[in-house]
Amino acid sequence: MSSLLVRGGLVVGPSTSSVGDVLVRDGVIVDVSDTIALPPGCSEIDARGCWVGPGMVDLHAHLREPGREAAETIESGAHAGAIGGFTALVAMPNTEPALDNVALVSYVLDRGTRTPIDVAVAGAITVGRKGESLAPMAEMAALGVRLFTDDGIGVQDPSVMRRALTYARPLGVRLAQHCEDELLAAGGSMNEGALSSRLGLVGRPALAEELMVMRDIELVRLTGAPLHFLHLSTIRSLNLVDAARREGLPVTCEVAPHHLTLDETSCQGFDALFKVHPPLRAASDVEGLRVALRSGLVDAVASDHAPHAPELKDLAFDEAPAGLLGLEYSASLTFEALGGDVDPVQFFSLLSRGPARIAQLRRDDLRVRHSAHGGALVAGDDANLVVFDPNARWTASNATLHSRATNSPYDGRALVGQVRSTIAKGTLVVHEAELV
Amino acid sequence: MIASLRGENLLTLEGVSDAALLEVLDTAESFVEVNRRSIKKVPALKGKVVASIFFEESTRTRLSFETAAKRLSADVLSLAVASSSVKKGESLRDTTATIDALGIDALVMRHQSSGAALQVSRYVPHVRVINAGDGLHQHPTQGLLDAFTIRQVLSERADTTGVESGLELFKGLRVLIVGDVRHSRVARSDIVAYSTLGCEVRVAAPGTLLPANIETWPVTVVSDFDEALEWADVVGLLRLQRERGSGSFVPSLEEFTQTFGLTFARAKRLRPTTIIMHPGPMNRGVEIDSKVADLASAVITRQVTNGVPVRMAVLYLALASVRDGGGS
Repeated sequence: MSSLLVRGGLVVGPSTSSVGDVLVRDGVIVDVSDTIALPPGCSEIDARGCWVGPGMVDLHAHLREPGREAAETIESGAHAGAIGGFTALVAMPNTEPALDNVALVSYVLDRGTRTPIDVAVAGAITVGRKGESLAPMAEMAALGVRLFTDDGIGVQDPSVMRRALTYARPLGVRLAQHCEDELLAAGGSMNEGALSSRLGLVGRPALAEELMVMRDIELVRLTGAPLHFLHLSTIRSLNLVDAARREGLPVTCEVAPHHLTLDETSCQGFDALFKVHPPLRAASDVEGLRVALRSGLVDAVASDHAPHAPELKDLAFDEAPAGLLGLEYSASLTFEALGGDVDPVQFFSLLSRGPARIAQLRRDDLRVRHSAHGGALVAGDDANLVVFDPNARWTASNATLHSRATNSPYDGRALVGQVRSTIAKGTLVVHEAELV
Repeated sequence: MIASLRGENLLTLEGVSDAALLEVLDTAESFVEVNRRSIKKVPALKGKVVASIFFEESTRTRLSFETAAKRLSADVLSLAVASSSVKKGESLRDTTATIDALGIDALVMRHQSSGAALQVSRYVPHVRVINAGDGLHQHPTQGLLDAFTIRQVLSERADTTGVESGLELFKGLRVLIVGDVRHSRVARSDIVAYSTLGCEVRVAAPGTLLPANIETWPVTVVSDFDEALEWADVVGLLRLQRERGSGSFVPSLEEFTQTFGLTFARAKRLRPTTIIMHPGPMNRGVEIDSKVADLASAVITRQVTNGVPVRMAVLYLALASVRDGGGS
């Protein structure tokens, strides 16, 4: 393997940052110092003016393989992820068929090893994600699965969710919930409120999410099992989780970049690119989420990258599938949401160290078939690194996406901050914001 | 605000100014006379092609639009969705492109999904799109013909003409809309039209059939339906949209009829001059008693009749007139 010297960037540790050089050799960080002489045969990456942090970890990527390869494959998703600064993705299990058994999990893990980055798997909680009977979580855990979710839909039946938490607890894995009470949200395609009422679109009320957050907090209290709340979209949800955490309950949560940067008014043109579950919320929730993000109420930003074939997003708003692309712009949108004077430590906490902890991808975790992520950037760490330029100004374009699908709602949006380089498992995968 | 609908799509009545509404009403007035002639045809849109695509079943609106187009001498392309490739899985975008490829000037479209007409208008920016009803969102020509009908009745009573009365008769007019507002695109268009024209609009419905956040609408929700009937100058009834599942929003049709149906007994509270309207098709015996529907003050058939000149006006303004720079 080659060696790489990342030169002159702000090296962002878990609590402090300082300008310096990072030397990578044979897949491992071998030195981090103020200045390192360029060893012979070593290539150099100029990171002056940039932040050098641990490779980003996405807790929430729908890679669509197997079953819907027209929208995305594990390979194309991994490329999109690398462009976005991610060195590890957690592949969501709502494929066709669902990732609810060892054969399918093994398939995805195998495909993942053929990509330049690490692909971990979230297994389904229930067979076929039907919310009825438990999937073989212990068998999947033995393959290295550390997160389980029926995402796309939450586990609706409280007795099934209780049983799943009780079963998962001794396995050392974490369940993750898509919080929406589907009976309350039934038939809805955008946030319920004055706007949905005027547009004649059936709404998905904020309460549909908050009720399930409330229920699951109580189930965590009952069972003692850890639970991760996926893509929370209302300030009330975040406050509920924060209160539970203060009580000492083992709960974590993520927010998605689109819930930090778009509000329900985007749905006014009935463009299904803006249809997502949970839906884009009121402007007050977007602002509330940003404040919560800055004040540390959120453990991770996760993309909820959800590719859909173009013809599906050409359907009428209420008929089109929900979901939008997220991997390539997550870092820039998080940077935007953090506002003005962004603390690089917090930035990498949200995009790398926080999610790596939740997904158990760190150096000290019991790891199976992948390298370590979210490290402190010290010698001995696996070389998963990202170089992020906080001053870059660029424009999102659906013509240059690396996903197979093009359902990004950000076409033409001015962005600040860009991933310049991604080093995954010691290899330079993205250089000058292009795949190598 | 859209100052004039000349050369414009008609997708919604939201954001359409009172002047633009007046222009449609006055233009429609000039077409009323055409419909009374023995030869009911003018050459206004000769050589223009109007396509009508109804993705959702409809009898009266489709007939009304096609009649309007033909009376303006336009050629009419009519896509019967039930027998078309739409059933074979063709997308809205491809169906639109196919019709457009035949060479059309206007597209009259009904669809079961809110916003579908707006979406289609983005696919064919060179075609004028007229929304003939999209999901629960809007039914703009119904709103226009309802306003037209009110003005016609009131101006006849005042022994004047609609055109001479302008918007005067709408000022302060008390309109009560009753029933399934939640699932009604007619209500959404009517309420916007009436409030833009200066009417005072109230609604009466079971709580479950009111839309979310009704407090943000330009209406007052009445607590006493019977009192409101005495207050009203116009009562606009809505069809209970049973096909949209409205049945489960009330305990039973009988209870709905008892509480918010315009029964014969309840109709006695109305002043004899109070105009009773219904966009049809009626559920006789549910939202309106059969005998009430046949009262002299019920103008339901007149609404249907007026659909033709109003839709002639809409098509004419969209197609026959060039933009004069006073548009949106």
